[in-house]
Amino acid sequence: MVDISRFKPKTVYVIYIASTPEKVWQALTSSEFTRKYFWERDVEIEPKLGGAFVLLRPDGRVNVRGKVVVYDPPRKLSVTWQVEWPEEFRRLPECLVTYELVQAGEAVRLTMTESHSWDVPEAILSGGRMGWPAILSSLKSLLEGGKPLAIAMEPPKDMIEAIKKLR
Amino acid sequence: MSKPKFVYVTYVRTTPEKLWAALTDPQTIRKYWFGITAESDFKPGSPWSLNFEDGRTADTGEILEAAAPRRLVIRWRNEFKQELKAEGYSRCTMEIETADYYPDRGGKGAKLTITHELEGEGTKFIEAVSAGWPKVLSNLKSLLETGDVAFQTRLQSHG
Repeated sequence: MVDISRFKPKTVYVIYIASTPEKVWQALTSSEFTRKYFWERDVEIEPKLGGAFVLLRPDGRVNVRGKVVVYDPPRKLSVTWQVEWPEEFRRLPECLVTYELVQAGEAVRLTMTESHSWDVPEAILSGGRMGWPAILSSLKSLLEGGKPLAIAMEPPKDMIEAIKKLR
Repeated sequence: MSKPKFVYVTYVRTTPEKLWAALTDPQTIRKYWFGITAESDFKPGSPWSLNFEDGRTADTGEILEAAAPRRLVIRWRNEFKQELKAEGYSRCTMEIETADYYPDRGGKGAKLTITHELEGEGTKFIEAVSAGWPKVLSNLKSLLETGDVAFQTRLQSHG
């Protein structure tokens, strides 16, 4: 088992979606949806504790690999998150990504929390802080209007520099 | 230690001009801000306020900068909760940029960044706006993209 108590929340993003928790859960866990809103990535997830979690790039390379730590549909999903591509990102210690879904009036509140187990520099956190709003804005557009809002984006230069300094 | 601050980014399928209009038009604001109305001509130096439907004042302040359709800065103080008012003035910066679509990079959406920072010390005001902005901006995005808000009712349990 993964000891999740060593991960501390560093980035939190909250978004309200006119949908149901079941539909948002499906959008987070099925590649039919992720390839539309998550830069064409396919998600593969074994629906159980300790199950494998993978994000695949359109060329078939593994982008992120991890393990399921909390699996409580349609309320809470936690996975460990080890970036495997681009290659230099493998130096990053794995983090923990948690999605929590709560019915909020006629909408669903989705909270994404990125937690880290080390004293992670701001420059490295800037990657997630840039990426998550784009990914989850696109997810919201997809579920509400049927069309994603895919935004072109590269990892911040400061982040790449900070990763190069890691051993 | 930097000052308490809340930053929120959202992407919207719209133009900077339409996003600017939605942030500065009282009739539109009322639709996505749970009935709250803004009173201001949104010109630098002008007074600004947010008011509840029943006429009570929610927040007051002044427009510090207004450069349509890119940048709006409001000096902002809460007026209806004593513990928030006691923390004094904050500064809310709204920045609008264009964002290229992926993967074709054809066409552009709009990126909205809200940075809300307290001028002095304190944590309660920033906590309150941290809970509030995601609701308001989620509703704004829904309204501009689909013509309808995500939810009508203010969620009391979260302020």
